[in-house]
Order: sequence, then structure tokens, then C-alpha cells
Amino acid sequence: MSADTHNKVGTTGLLGWIDARFPLTKMMREHITDYYAPKNFNFWYYFGSLALVVLVLQIVSGIFLTMNYKPSAEGAFASVEYIMRDVDWGWLIRYMHSTGASAFFIVVYLHMFRGLIYGSYKTPRELLWIFGMLIYLCLMAEAFMGYLLPWGNMSYWGAQVITSLFGAIPYVGTSLLEWIRGDYYISDITLNRFFALHVIALPLALVFLVVAHILALHEVGSNNPDGVEIKKNKGADGKPLDGIPFHPYYTVKDLMGFVAFAIVFALIVFFAPTVGGYFLEAANFDPANRLQTPEHIAPVWYFTPYYAILRAIPDKLFGVIGMGAGVLIFFFLPWLDRSPVKSIRYRGGLYKTFIAIFVISFLMLGYLGLNPATTTNTYLSRLFSLLYFSFFVLMPWYTKADKTKPVPDRVTFDAH
Amino acid sequence: MMQAVNLQQSMKSLLKLLAISAFLSTAAYANEGGFEKANNDVSNKASLQRGARNFVNYCSGCHSAKYVRFNRLAVDLALTDAQVTQNLIFNGGKLTDTMTINMSEADAAKWFGKAPPDLSLIARARGTDYLYAFLKSFYLDPSRPIGTNNTVLAGAAMPHVLWELQGLQKAVYEEGEGVEKHFKGFESVTKGKLSPEEYDEFVRDTVNFLDYIGEPKQLERRALGFKVLGFLLLLFLLAYALKQEYWKDVK
Repeated sequence: MSADTHNKVGTTGLLGWIDARFPLTKMMREHITDYYAPKNFNFWYYFGSLALVVLVLQIVSGIFLTMNYKPSAEGAFASVEYIMRDVDWGWLIRYMHSTGASAFFIVVYLHMFRGLIYGSYKTPRELLWIFGMLIYLCLMAEAFMGYLLPWGNMSYWGAQVITSLFGAIPYVGTSLLEWIRGDYYISDITLNRFFALHVIALPLALVFLVVAHILALHEVGSNNPDGVEIKKNKGADGKPLDGIPFHPYYTVKDLMGFVAFAIVFALIVFFAPTVGGYFLEAANFDPANRLQTPEHIAPVWYFTPYYAILRAIPDKLFGVIGMGAGVLIFFFLPWLDRSPVKSIRYRGGLYKTFIAIFVISFLMLGYLGLNPATTTNTYLSRLFSLLYFSFFVLMPWYTKADKTKPVPDRVTFDAH
Repeated sequence: MMQAVNLQQSMKSLLKLLAISAFLSTAAYANEGGFEKANNDVSNKASLQRGARNFVNYCSGCHSAKYVRFNRLAVDLALTDAQVTQNLIFNGGKLTDTMTINMSEADAAKWFGKAPPDLSLIARARGTDYLYAFLKSFYLDPSRPIGTNNTVLAGAAMPHVLWELQGLQKAVYEEGEGVEKHFKGFESVTKGKLSPEEYDEFVRDTVNFLDYIGEPKQLERRALGFKVLGFLLLLFLLAYALKQEYWKDVK
């Protein structure tokens, strides 16, 4: 017997040779074929795998865009038009990337919402949640820097406004602002460094965090719509009774979800790539002009809830703090939630009321952030900002005071 | 039973999302300002050809379309290379060139107060309805150095280059309370070479051309979209059948 067949997984031939030297079969089993996931996943559980699909889409389409894009104030805008007009399939690659950016936030927001309603952040998944939140932060930075690259007028002024927020920090603000921009205003230098961060630094961090997120998930196991730990009920073979192997069951189910997603994605890419100015803003078809501000500066839709919080607070520094807190407060969810149950299915009316308030506030803030800050809008933004934060700040109280229903031992599932 | 309830909940959430997005998109269109619809059709090749003729005769003296390549025009507008060379290229350029102009930006800024913008993307930046309204809304205004003004873009630096075709018109106002004046409509002062209907068509063709050069690949994009969707719908049926086949074992 050669050393080739002496591996722990019992494979032979070429695979055996590889397995004796690299844990290929072992990893496949651990993470795909022998990873047991609860069988009662519903609609909300498609968005994790979809987020991974969109990440790959963004990386691949991004590589091809980089082949023709020029990261300079002189050439950026023209090179994007060159991609749209003269590069073979350039228009398709660019629309996939621009639509992919918004799609990324849509699936990530739905994925996070799933985590909220089923208590997926609660013990033992705190670290899994934190890795997810770090992915979200990275994604925001990635999207913000990517938005400058077309060098349209909205790219320019959006970056000008958002970077200027760092100037609100006491003492070091001005120096920090110059350090970030590399200049006294958004310029060729800023474009160049944003390009570097957008195409290498942040994608690298994203991929690393996604791996950590999945490793943490596979360590603790997936939560499910009932919030029941399937590992507590194992059969004689040591496999969870309510679990099924990820492959083939969830690979085929996620494939179906992916095709459904691709249909919606294709509808946008081929028939409405600008989505009425929400995915690609009209003002961004004018080249960057330092002497001419667009009529109405608003970030792309996925940042507008936080932008509304920023504008709701009259003081710039406190506005920035409020906006940052609006994002960072998600990190503390595992410790703010004192409920004995995980899933919304077994929680009481208090929790359901507060999560409804949260959803309405988030959507309303998103809407208000897109629109000019009129007096009424500002008051509405203040109201919804308060409601938004009340969901988090009052959580220790209402989750403890809430009347919960008894959680079943096993997941609820009807074969079809 | 549980599955049915879940599906219902999911459908409800999806419907909510759709309702919100519909609400948001009406909000977006409301911002565009009630211009008359341009009603142009980028798949109408004859209209695009006329629009290209209008553009090179009336616009490209001052406005470039520097991202638009002549040989691309030939293919998309169903023109021969010779037709493009004879009818659309006036500055001695080659077919592989883009639609640039000979006037320097510095000179233009000196002469007009503001360099005329490049028009490659003007339809995407302003919208076709805006352009259609703009080209129809020049009126006599002696207070302006060029003698005309525009109700769509007050104080427009651009003169009414189409005055021979449209004729000249003045703006009529209704007296409001105090100093307030309400714009009522235009009144023809001198007739042009074209009737008002012919002028509308002229402007529509021109806007159609601007729409096309804003995104030359848009027709190809939609045509490909139908094929991709057809394929994806078939693939969905297969994926659904595959999932059902595997999941019938899950009890």
C-alpha cells in the first residue's frame, strides 16, 4: 500500500492522493455534504446564499470593468462611457455591476431582517452576528468608494458631502479630512486612493469576513424560523433529527432561489438599469464639476435611512454621531435582547409592535433621506429617528416584559 | 399547513416590498416636473436618421457628442459608410472618429458666456421630455443680450438656433395678485418655415437622436433581455422540478 491511500476519509485514486495531502474531501463533508441544516427554512433563508452569489458577481464583473476603467479625474468619466459604448459587452458588465451594488444591499438588508425576526443573533450566534455586521460595514465603505469612480457630478458631490462629515470631529477633524481626501477637496488623488481601496483592500476584507462568517455559522449551526436548536435532538447516528444535509437539499433549493433572483435582476439590467434614477442617478450622467453642485444631493437609496438621521439632528457633530450610532447599534443586539425565546413566532405583542415600528421607521427614514429636507420632512425625520432608536434602547425592557409562548422541542415542518 | 402559512407570510412581505417600491418610484417621477411627453421612439430608424441630420445641421456647430462614433451611427441607423461620410461628417473627420467640434472650449466660453455642453449624455442627464420642452420654449425677451429666453431654463445662454424653422414667439402672462405673473402660453410673432405640427416632429426626431446617442446599446439591451428572460424562466421550471424531486424525501 502506498502512502497515497493512507488518508482518514478512505478515498482512493487521484482524490485519495489529494486527500492524503490536503483536506479536500474533509472540507467538502464538513461544510457541504455533511453540514446539517434545519429542514424548516422558509422564504427568508434564500438571502444568505444570494448575498454570496452577488459578492461573486461583483468581483467578477469588477475585474472586467477594471480592464478598461481609468482611475484618473482626466479619464474616468470618458472611460466609463468607452465601456458603455465601445467595449464588447461593456454595457452589460457595467449594468451588472451597478445593479449588483443595489442588489447587494437589498439581499443583505433582507438577510439582516431575517436575523432580527428569528433571533439569529442570540446565543450561541453572537460572533456570527458580529462578523455579519463587519461585512455590512465593509460593504458600506465599498459601495461609497465605488460610487466615486464613475466621476459623475453626483459621485463627486456625494463624496464631497460624506467625507466632509469627518471634519465635524473636534480638534482633529480638519487634518483628518485632508488625510482622507489627500487634498483640500475631492480630486484626482482622492479618486486614485478610493479606486485602490475599492478594487483591492475592501474586497479582500469582505472575502475574509465572509469566510469567517460561514466558518462561525458551521461551528454553531444554523438557526431556523422556530428558533429551536436542532442539535439538541439527535438520532442514533448522531445526526440532528430535524436536520438535512446542506447538499443536495439546500443546494437545489438555493439554486431555485438563485434563478428567481436572476429573473428579477435581469428585468432591471435589461429593461430599467437606472430604476428611475434610484440605481443610477440622472445627475451622475453629467461629469464631475467642482464649480457646479447638483440641484439636490442625496446618497444612493441604501444609505438614505442614515442620511435622514444625520439631517434630523441640527448639530453637525451630533448628527454624525447619531448616524454612526444608527449603524453601530446593531452590534449590541445580542446583549440588548433579554427574551428567553429567539423566534418572532413565540414572542409576544410587545416585541411584534416594536419590530413593526422599527421596519416602518427604517423605510420612512429611507424615503425622507431621498427627499429634500423641508421643515415637515425634518420633523418627520426626527420622529422616525427617535422611533428607530427606541427599538434598540428599549429592547432590554420590552423583551423581558413580553409574554412569550412556549417553544416546541422540534421544528414545525410539513412535508409537501 | 405551516408551510402554507409561511408562504402566505412571505407573499405578504413581498407585496409590501412591491408596494413600497411602487410608492418610491411615483415619488421619483413626480420630481421630473410636468413636461409634455416627448413620445419619441428609438426603434424608429427613419426618425433617428432625420434626427441625425437635424443634429449635424443645427446642433453640432457648437455642441460636440464626443463619445459618439460615426461608424457606430452607420450601423445603428442603417446608413452606408458613404452616406455617413457625405451627410454627417462636416469637419473632415474619419468614420472611426467621434463627433467632436472645432470650436475650443475657451473660445466658446468667451463668446457665449458658458461653453455649450457636450450632448452625448444630455438625454440621460435631463430626460427626453425636458429636451423636447426646452427646444419648443424659446421666446422673445429684449432684456436678454441674445434677444431670446427660455421658459424651461430661465436665462439660457443658448440662442434660438431653430428660429427660422419655428418662427418667433412671445410668452403670454396672466396678471396675478400683486406682482405675481402666471405663464399662460406662447403666441406666434412671426411664422417659421415649418408649421407647428412639423416643428414638433422636427424636435421629436432630434430628441429621439439625443435619446439614442445617450445609450446607443439600448435597443440591443432590450432585445437581449427578452432572450435572457426566456432562458431564465425555462431554467426556473427545471430548478423547481429538481428541488421538488429531492425534497419529496424530506419528511
